[in-house]
Amino acid sequence: MSVLSVRSLSKTFGGVHAVNDVSFDIGKGEFLALIGPNGAGKSTTFNMINGQLTPDSGDILIGDKSIAGMAPRDIWRLGVGRTFQVAATFGSMTVVENVQMALISHARGILGLWRPAASLHRERALELLAQVGMADAADRPSRELAYGDVKRIELAIALANDPQLLLMDEPTAGMAPRERNDLIKLVKALVVERGISVLFTEHSMDVVFSYADRIIVLARGRLIADGNAAAIRDNAKVREVYFGTGKTFQETAS
Amino acid sequence: MTLNALLFQALNGLSTASGLFFIAAGLSLIFGVTRIVNIAHGSLYMLGTYIAYSLATKIGGAFGFWGGIVLTALIVGVIGALIEIVLLRRIYRAPELFQLLATFALVLVINDATLWLWGPEDLLGPRAPGLAGAVEIFGRRLPSYDLFLIFIAPAVLIVLHFALAKTRFGRLMRAATQDREMVGALGVNQAVLFTSVFALGALLAGLGGALQVAREPANLATDLVAIGDAFVVVVVGGMGSITGAYLAAIIIAEVKALCIAIGVVNLGFVTVNFSKFTLVAEFIVMAIVLIARPYGLLGKPQGVVRSVAEPEAPIRPATPMLKVLGAVVLVLLLALPLLAQTSPYVLVLATDVLIAVIFATSLHFIMGPGGMHSFGHAAYFGLGAYGAALLVKLAGFPMLAALFTAPLVALLGALLFGWFAVRLSGVYLAMLTLAFAQIVWALVFQWEGFTGGSNGVIGVWPAAPFNKSWAYFLLALAFTVIAILVLRRFLFAPFGYAMRAGRDSPLRAEAIGIDVKRIHWLGFAIAGCVCGIAGGLFAFAKGSISPEAISVSRSIDGLVMVLLGGIQTLVGPIVGASVYAVLQDTVMRQTEYWRALLGVIILVLVLAFPQGIAGALSALSRKLGRKPGGAA
Amino acid sequence: MNDAMLSVAGLQAWYGAAQILHDVSFNVGRGEVVALMGRNGAGKTTTMKALMGLVSRRGALRFNGADIAGLRPFEIARLGLGFTPEDRRIFSELTVLENLDIGRQPPRQFADGAAAPVWTPERLFALFPNLGEMPNRPGGRMSGGEQQMLTVARTLMGNPLLVLLDEPSEGVAPLIVEQMANTIIELKKEGLSILLSEQNIHFARLVSDRVYVLEKGEIHWQGTMAELAGNLEVQRAYLTV
Repeated sequence: MSVLSVRSLSKTFGGVHAVNDVSFDIGKGEFLALIGPNGAGKSTTFNMINGQLTPDSGDILIGDKSIAGMAPRDIWRLGVGRTFQVAATFGSMTVVENVQMALISHARGILGLWRPAASLHRERALELLAQVGMADAADRPSRELAYGDVKRIELAIALANDPQLLLMDEPTAGMAPRERNDLIKLVKALVVERGISVLFTEHSMDVVFSYADRIIVLARGRLIADGNAAAIRDNAKVREVYFGTGKTFQETAS
Repeated sequence: MTLNALLFQALNGLSTASGLFFIAAGLSLIFGVTRIVNIAHGSLYMLGTYIAYSLATKIGGAFGFWGGIVLTALIVGVIGALIEIVLLRRIYRAPELFQLLATFALVLVINDATLWLWGPEDLLGPRAPGLAGAVEIFGRRLPSYDLFLIFIAPAVLIVLHFALAKTRFGRLMRAATQDREMVGALGVNQAVLFTSVFALGALLAGLGGALQVAREPANLATDLVAIGDAFVVVVVGGMGSITGAYLAAIIIAEVKALCIAIGVVNLGFVTVNFSKFTLVAEFIVMAIVLIARPYGLLGKPQGVVRSVAEPEAPIRPATPMLKVLGAVVLVLLLALPLLAQTSPYVLVLATDVLIAVIFATSLHFIMGPGGMHSFGHAAYFGLGAYGAALLVKLAGFPMLAALFTAPLVALLGALLFGWFAVRLSGVYLAMLTLAFAQIVWALVFQWEGFTGGSNGVIGVWPAAPFNKSWAYFLLALAFTVIAILVLRRFLFAPFGYAMRAGRDSPLRAEAIGIDVKRIHWLGFAIAGCVCGIAGGLFAFAKGSISPEAISVSRSIDGLVMVLLGGIQTLVGPIVGASVYAVLQDTVMRQTEYWRALLGVIILVLVLAFPQGIAGALSALSRKLGRKPGGAA
Repeated sequence: MNDAMLSVAGLQAWYGAAQILHDVSFNVGRGEVVALMGRNGAGKTTTMKALMGLVSRRGALRFNGADIAGLRPFEIARLGLGFTPEDRRIFSELTVLENLDIGRQPPRQFADGAAAPVWTPERLFALFPNLGEMPNRPGGRMSGGEQQMLTVARTLMGNPLLVLLDEPSEGVAPLIVEQMANTIIELKKEGLSILLSEQNIHFARLVSDRVYVLEKGEIHWQGTMAELAGNLEVQRAYLTV
């Protein structure tokens, strides 16, 4: 059974079909890339799945539960973690506190007024930080971290509620090639280990071709291709609207 | 009430709208480009009326009047340019709230300068030469000058609209509204642009004020009244929209006119005097508009303003040194009744300081960790104070029972107002909270039968054994210490962290299951409740409570205290409140022009310590603690 | 180098209290395309902002014969140094034509008196046909790729002698990246100098003459593009996988 099913999803902004009748599924443990030109509807699709936008029509299912129009925080409670295109952490907190917040929330302890938050779930938070290689930075203010490290913290936060699905909006945006590779390798290892499914958008074709199990392509709001790396690479339509000649990215043989 | 009377009042409303429009348009333009909410804009408007009065009476005749109005607008424009060059230019990089503080200081300075130059009497200018008569409309006589005002506002609106849409200056202004740094990097001299925008905004305010000279007397209270009205108009119309400002000015003026036209109505079981609602009417309009359209009628969501403030450091439990320091201060305070036996005034002042500390600490709770910049914290102070006073007077509560119930009254108010307020953010939240505070103020002012109206409630003295000033001081100290420690505890608990999470990154907070609005709403309620303690203590400390004590200026005092102390530190509000309360008391006893002196002091502090006193101290200690050149 | 359009020596720069650039020296010749490469956080963007006077900086900075070390951003822009930021910073409320108008400056000359290319909206629409199709569209309603073109076009309206292009390939589709590469080659033909900040070596290779590799606020390697392309060691250390 699919972890996530998107059924005939549509969204219109001021008469323009941003997303037009899009359907796809993600199986358990699948690493699915969503690519397409700027303005193709990737972000809109993404934001409908994570709850920031309500679809005009169509449905989104987590397992067999419809989440269309649900608030992001309720979707999270169903086991959907996410990372942002511009990494978002709580700048006024330390690294470990950032992860603790997610754990406290997961345990429904947010309204606690008495016990100091810094003492709650610290062990578990440190474990998660160790898994993303950031244990050493646990007590540093998160605003002081380099960008690549902030992305790792986000990953630890996203893993805090044992998600079954991870939504990653351009996970490697703003990173150098080597950092990109390290981060995606890390994500891949963690999700394989835990059997998490991942839906991610990405502009770095190196990353997409090297790591995605399957690729779906959006253009002008419609799904124009769905297949593995080889099939997508050879798809004439995708070449025309998205890849161009391909000389600005590396053609990695897979 | 006849239809004619209604239509006549509607015309009256239109002419009032023109004054509102001029000041609001200037405020909006300045905010758009410089991102400064110029609280002194009402002062520029007031100066307009005074200067036009002097020119009209000194020069006299048609030239003195009409030429005087034009000249006044230019003079006020130049004053605006000078303010921008001398003061604001230095603080564009300071946090937004510091800029508010600076412009508020200008309000104080300009008010006293006006008092010094023109004296305390109201000054009514001459009738407009050529338009001194009246025309008969709807069976009544409407002054020709009012008719003129009805037409001049749309005329100016059209000119402004054209200038913004079609000229390069207008394009530059709109571009700078979004990203002034980029405009500079494209070769545009921002300093000149900012100065001219500020001068233009000031010119409009001066023109609006000058045009009032034949209609209303120049009056020293105009500045805060006008800025309050202008805030409402700008927020209802939408920040940055000139057309929205005009629309909002008309709606508000018309609603007020309608209230007057309806007058006293007998609804069968109760008689309502609608003309008394004029004070509240505009704020109710604003509350309704903001709830339906959070960015005003024609406003757009504010883009991400490039933040220049330094991000906040993680909060840490008190260091041993701070704990020792706190204990020493507490011991000194406990010993104060002994030390101050010879001068009882010290205890009265010290009690005032404690009340200010509770007030500022509760405000900081939502402003700092919550990121909600309330401009109307006086509302909860007022609810606490009136709650306590009325419980004693009308319900016969004993003092302590009243002191413990007062915060609950404030809590109810904060729950109600906060529910609306947390739906907004930034400037809009600030303005809505201000509106709610004005509603509370107008209610106590106008509900004479219950609250005593402008006289307030008197004879609210503490019961024995707290009728001695030392005993009451110790009682206040107990409340203060408990309030501070409890709020602090909350901040270190998950709730306080969740509040900061919602402030730091609402998207991320929602994405880990935090209901940000709900958390901020509860935070708002807690702050209001604690603030009610300060109100209750205040009523018994003074033996009375009047509308004056809960006016806009108390809300502003709170902001000044929090900012003075430094918004990013937890001890900041305590330091800020203490310094400000003592300063205010000292300065008030030195000179008749204490407002100006206070204003100058605030300006100096703002220019010298852009991070607040406590912020500056901790920066200093960090600097001293760090090895030279030791950048990590 | 005598004919350097831009020469930078011992540049240091700070964000607040944090020093980002420690000692950066390089130059860009007339008509040359130079790439500043390095990983995220190496200091590429800061170098560009420091040149424009947008962050606090120290060092010897000369542009087209003038000392720009003490000048403010608008004064530097008026000497013909154009800046296209990484995050594009399009004025979203303004239309394409209005955005272009904000960048407009009078024609200018090189230090030797030769006239610099003069740009008009018509010429720019020929260079970026997409923009020509939407002259009255507000910037906020354009796609990322279109905004990327507009930010370059807006800078060209200032008739610059040298353009600082900060990561033009970041976050846009491969097809747009290709168009950006063609644009840079086009601008070079016009006689403009370009300082490019880039992480994508495939892209940089298509357009650049020389390369400086930045790491932790210092230059760690310099040479021609051809040399870098052949030097896998440097690529591995500072750039690629």
